[in-house]
Amino acid sequence: MTGHESAKSPLKMYFAVWAALLMFTFITYKVAFIELGPFNAVVALVIATLKATLVALFFMHVWHAGERLIKVVVGGVVFFLLLLLTLTMADYLTRPWS
Amino acid sequence: MSMEIAIPQPVERENYLNKEYGALSWLLTTDHKRIALLYLVSITFFFFIGGFFALLIRLELLTPAGDLVQADTYNKLFTMHGMVMVFFFLIPSIPAVLGNFLVPMMIGAKDLAFPRINLLSWYLYIIGGALMLHCMLTGGVDTGWTFYTPFSTNFTNTKIVEAGIAIFIAGFSSILTGLNFVVTIHRMRAPGMTWSRLPLFIWAHYATSIIQLLGTPVIAITIVLVAAERALHLGIFDPKLGGDPLLFQHLFWFYSHPAVYIMILPSMGVVTEIIACFSRKRIFGYSFVAFSSIAIAVFGFLVWAHHMFVAGISVYSALVFSFLSYSVALPSAIKVFNWTATLYKGSIRYDAPMLYAFGFLGLFTIGGLTGLFLAALGIDVHVTDTYFVVAHFHYIMVGGAVMGYLGGMHFWWPKISGRLYPEGWARLAALIVFIGFNLTFFPQFILGYMGMPRRYYDYSHMPEFQVLHVLSTAGSTVLGVGYLLPMVYFLWSMRYGKPASDNPWNAAGLEWKTASPPPTFNFDEEPVVTWEAYNYEELDAPPHKQEVTVG
Repeated sequence: MTGHESAKSPLKMYFAVWAALLMFTFITYKVAFIELGPFNAVVALVIATLKATLVALFFMHVWHAGERLIKVVVGGVVFFLLLLLTLTMADYLTRPWS
Repeated sequence: MSMEIAIPQPVERENYLNKEYGALSWLLTTDHKRIALLYLVSITFFFFIGGFFALLIRLELLTPAGDLVQADTYNKLFTMHGMVMVFFFLIPSIPAVLGNFLVPMMIGAKDLAFPRINLLSWYLYIIGGALMLHCMLTGGVDTGWTFYTPFSTNFTNTKIVEAGIAIFIAGFSSILTGLNFVVTIHRMRAPGMTWSRLPLFIWAHYATSIIQLLGTPVIAITIVLVAAERALHLGIFDPKLGGDPLLFQHLFWFYSHPAVYIMILPSMGVVTEIIACFSRKRIFGYSFVAFSSIAIAVFGFLVWAHHMFVAGISVYSALVFSFLSYSVALPSAIKVFNWTATLYKGSIRYDAPMLYAFGFLGLFTIGGLTGLFLAALGIDVHVTDTYFVVAHFHYIMVGGAVMGYLGGMHFWWPKISGRLYPEGWARLAALIVFIGFNLTFFPQFILGYMGMPRRYYDYSHMPEFQVLHVLSTAGSTVLGVGYLLPMVYFLWSMRYGKPASDNPWNAAGLEWKTASPPPTFNFDEEPVVTWEAYNYEELDAPPHKQEVTVG
C-alpha cells in the first residue's frame, strides 16, 4: 500500500469512530427494551447498517481510497448483498401461505 | 592397477525443490510453488478419506437390505463423504494446487501478491481439516453436508458445531486464496501481459476468485447462525422463535450453488490450456471463452433457489429461479462449443492430458444437460432427492472437476516435478477412470428416474433396483483403481522418471519458458511479453528458410 493513507488516518479519528460504534451498540441495547412492533427489526437493522458503514469507511480505508478499483470492489460487494436480499425476499413476500 | 577417472556429473540447476531441505524449509516457506505442493499432499489425503466413505456407501447399496452398516452410520457416511469432498478436496483442488503453482508463473510474476497470506491459508486449511478429522473420529455428523434446519438446529445430537467451525475456518483459507489471486492478477502481470493476452486459465481463476470472495463469507456466517441457534436458541431459523426455516436454505445455497462454479471454473481453465496445446491451435473465440467465465461467476449467484423447488418457496420465485437457471447454461455452452471448434482442423495428439480433457468435454456436457432437466420445474418435482440428482452433480464434480484436475496434474507434472510421468500408464489410467466413472454414475441416472431416493441405505421394498446398484458399485471399484494408479506412478516418476525438458509439450505460455522445475523466483529475468496467447501457429512454423528463386 502507498504511504498517503497513514497521513490521513490519525489515531484520533479511529477513537472517534470506535466511540461512535460503542454508542450505537448502547442505543441498540436500550431500544431493545422499547416495544415498537414491526419497527423493532427496522431500527436494529438501520443501526447495524450504519455501524457496518462506519467500519468500512474508516477502519477499512474506503473513505480516502483514491483508486477506482477499490470503489468497484466495494460497489460489487454491496450489489451482491442486495441480490441476496432481493431474491430471498422475492420468495418470502410472495408465499401465499405465510 | 586401477585408474580413477573423474567423470563430470551434470550439475543440477538450483530450483525451488533442491534449494533448501528439511521440514522447516517446507513448513515456513512462502514460495507459492512449495505451498502448492503442501496443498497437493493435504488434499490428496482428504480425497482418499472421502473416497473411503464413498466406497462404504457403495458397498452398503450392493444389496437391497441394510446389512453392512446401521442406518445412523449410513447417514454419517454420506454426510462425511460430502463434507470432506466438497470443502476439503474439490474447492481447494485446482485453485490451491495448480492455481497456486501456475498463476504467478503464467503472468510472469515472482510470487503471489501476499506470500505470507498464502502460507496462512494453508495453515487455516490444516486447522480446519484437523478439526474435521477429530469430528469424524469422535462421532461425525448426520445431517447431510447441507446442514438443513430444523434437523441441524433442534434435533440431531451429532457434532454440528464442531463440523461447522471446521468449515468456517477452511472457508477463510479459500477466501484468502481468492484474495491473493485477484490482487496478483491485477497488480503483478509482467510488462506486455495485457488482459487480452492472459491465458484462459488465468481468466477462469479470476472468475473463481470473485466467487470465493463474495460467496464464502455468506456460508461462514450462515454456519455461525446455525451454531448460535443451536447453542443460544436465538430465533433465526426456528418458526417458534420467529425465524424462517427456509431462510437457512436461501443463505446456504447462496454460497453453495456458486461453490459448484468454484469447482468447475478452474477445471474449465485447465481444459482450455490442454485443448489448445494438443490440437496446436489458438483457442477459438478467446474473448468469448474469457468473458463466459466471468458470466458464469455472476449468473451463478442468481440461480440458487433451484435447490429449493419442493421446499416450500413461492411459485412466483420458483418461476424466476427456473428461468435464471436456464440462463447460466448459455456461457457454459459457449465454452463447450468453442473447445469443440478449436479441435476443428487441429493436429490433435492423444496424450494423457488430452484424454482427460476429452473425458471432461463429454462428461461435463452430460452433467450440464441433465442440470437443465433439474432446472425445469415439472421434472424437478419428479426427481428431487433421487439418484438422478446424485448422478447429475457427480457428472459435474467428478466427471468435470476431477477429470480437469487430473488432466492438469498430468499436463504440468513435468513442470512441477521436473520429471516425465510414464505416458502408457497414464493413458491406461485415463481410460480406466473414464470407464469406471460412467459405470458408477450412469446407472444412477436410470435408478433416480425410476424412483430410487438418495440417502436411503435400504431399498428392500424395491429389489429390482439391485442390478443397477451392483453395476454402480462395480464401477466405483474400477474408478478407485483409476485414481490410485496416477498416485503410484507420479510418486514413482519423482525418483525414476526421465528428466523433463523445460517445455516437453512445446506449449505456449510463460510457465513453459522457464526451467523445469522452476527456480524459486520463477524466472531468471523478468519476462517481457510481445506475443498473443496461444501462438501455436508461430511455435509450429518451420524455421525461416532462405527463399530460393529460379533465374
